[in-house]
Amino acid sequence: MTATITQVGFSQESFDAFLAARDEPQWLLDLRRQCWDAYTALPMPGGRDEEWMRTDIRLFRLDKFAVPGDLPADAVCPPAQLSEGVELAGQATTLNSRSLFAQLDPKWAAKGVLFGSLEEIVREHGELIRPHLMTRAVDPRKDKFAALHGAFWTGGFVLYVPKGVAVAEPFHMLSAMTDGGVDLGHALVILEDGAEATALAETASDSETATGLHCGAIELIVGREARLRYVNLQDWGHGVWHFAQQNALVDRDASIQWTIGALGSRLAKVNQHVALVGLGAEAQVNGVVFTEGKQHLSYHTLQHHRAANCRSDLLYKGGLQDKSRFVWRGMIKVDPAAQKTDGYQRNDNLMLSTDARSDSIPGLEIEADDVRCTHGSTSGRVDDELIYYAQARGLTRNEAVRLVVTGFFQQVFDRITIESVREALGHAIRRRVREVE
Amino acid sequence: MTDTLKITNLHVAVEGKEILRGVDLTLRRGETHALMGPNGSGKSTLGLAIMGHPNYEIVDGTIELNGENITEWEPHERARAGVFMAFQRPMSIPGVKMADFLRHATTNVRRPERKEDEELLPMREFRKELYEKMDQLKINRDFARRYVNDGFSGGEMKRAEILQMAMLRPKFAILDETDSGLDVDAVKLASQSIAEIGRSKMGILIITHHDKLLEHNRPDVTHVMLGGRIVETGGAELAIEMHKHGYDRVRREHPEDAAVENEMKKEEAAV
Repeated sequence: MTATITQVGFSQESFDAFLAARDEPQWLLDLRRQCWDAYTALPMPGGRDEEWMRTDIRLFRLDKFAVPGDLPADAVCPPAQLSEGVELAGQATTLNSRSLFAQLDPKWAAKGVLFGSLEEIVREHGELIRPHLMTRAVDPRKDKFAALHGAFWTGGFVLYVPKGVAVAEPFHMLSAMTDGGVDLGHALVILEDGAEATALAETASDSETATGLHCGAIELIVGREARLRYVNLQDWGHGVWHFAQQNALVDRDASIQWTIGALGSRLAKVNQHVALVGLGAEAQVNGVVFTEGKQHLSYHTLQHHRAANCRSDLLYKGGLQDKSRFVWRGMIKVDPAAQKTDGYQRNDNLMLSTDARSDSIPGLEIEADDVRCTHGSTSGRVDDELIYYAQARGLTRNEAVRLVVTGFFQQVFDRITIESVREALGHAIRRRVREVE
Repeated sequence: MTDTLKITNLHVAVEGKEILRGVDLTLRRGETHALMGPNGSGKSTLGLAIMGHPNYEIVDGTIELNGENITEWEPHERARAGVFMAFQRPMSIPGVKMADFLRHATTNVRRPERKEDEELLPMREFRKELYEKMDQLKINRDFARRYVNDGFSGGEMKRAEILQMAMLRPKFAILDETDSGLDVDAVKLASQSIAEIGRSKMGILIITHHDKLLEHNRPDVTHVMLGGRIVETGGAELAIEMHKHGYDRVRREHPEDAAVENEMKKEEAAV
């Protein structure tokens, strides 16, 4: 096991010490060094950058955090929400970026499936991982946070499904964090041609008010004719800074259904990109967002059509309460080669308070001439007449509001094919909704 | 004692403008009353005010249920006390299935003391009853899985309102233009439904300016509204007269109220 490092901040010294203590293949150490160089060269993003102009991180102090060290003596792993009552093919948990445990049903191991801690599996199966790790999906030079992640990532998860293997039961991954902790986890999913799998990933803090830093990445590599259903539920404590690059590559005739739940964190700045790189690839992206208090969640989605005859369909639904803010910046990008593209994106937001604010900015960038791309966005408040109608049927105002909010999210729940996910998200939202002003 | 819904000297204003100018009406359980009057005379306003619509400000007067003053009650408290209104324009609630909505509503109305986090009626039991009622009302069972009033035709909405009434079994029901948008057969069906639910078990206030629904639900009492007041009260024959000859006689005999009606119309036109 890796030696423990307790260094303050992310400095050259702490990086050198970190690197010296890693027991990793040379190529990975080299990759970390390149990322560290990129990190030192890149500026901290700010209000002048198009992507960050709506997301103010001036209060963020990176020097308050450090490379994850020993777990606090009283560390408790919060419970998972997505796996209850679900028969799983595998299960893995990290706490503060440290692998707590991982297990894989032997019947799938026998078929060549790999599942568990990325930092452990990369040591044994480096050559399998190497072509995919931050080479094709996530670019660790994208910005300072991506580079920091590339240099310092620890723990993490990997799911590898060999060619033609279809795993019936879902895999479950929990990234947990203690109050004030740091998570630099990386999730890598590789489905070889014709493989099928479902993965349920979630994040959690040990309390709703917990602070911390998550600087992470998700890479989903979906081979030809492969099928992936991926869920990530972000439910960090409301003091957590959340920076993430989450990218999928979908090859010929393959499909992905990607559902994100965005509930937690103090501030989130996430890039969720889906690249359709092979003919006939398909992506369905579902977003369930609920913000409250002073949360600021910013999700930048990209549906990148790089090959012809691909379909992408994105629906993000947001509920905003209190003084929270949700930014959605969506882009459908169609390369010149991507003829016969069918692209759709939509974001609907329900404002539950007059102090909440949503920025919903759809965009199209189309370089092919035979495509169909449409987008839409709405933002509205809960209709008082609707509340009255439900009240006239015996529902209290609270019940009426919850009902209307539940109904609002139903359209996206209808698209989510995994019951435990629908239930967990529905429950979380119902629990959060308070009386509307 | 017979359940009684008593409206006394009710004055109601919307956005500061007085729409009802002193309405008195007493409805007993088992009675059917017709409320007639030209457009804009305040019929729907009376219904919505009885049901506690927040935009309808009660400036003066009282609404009493069995002697208890419910004027300040929240709409859901009125519903749980047994007051129901079939709306002229029911709201659609996208994403909420009719069955789920009604199960919640039915539980609350049947268990008025239910707290927000307490159990709903058992699904099986509820569904069985709902299907029975739907079959009775010749409503396709698919209705239960559709979102509340979402994409419903006018007629479907009205039938859904009757279905809700059948499930909630109120003591008092206000039917606001429930017959408009329904064809002759549908009106017959709605009337039968009302009869099946039991006219004798409810006090019914039928708001209409047609006589279709009244044909099958002969009113014990007819009220005629004009300019925000009930200006005449009579028996079934008054409803027939209004339907046949219109409101000209009433206007002639109540010139002050007719003047108010004119005034209101002018203001509306100016807006």
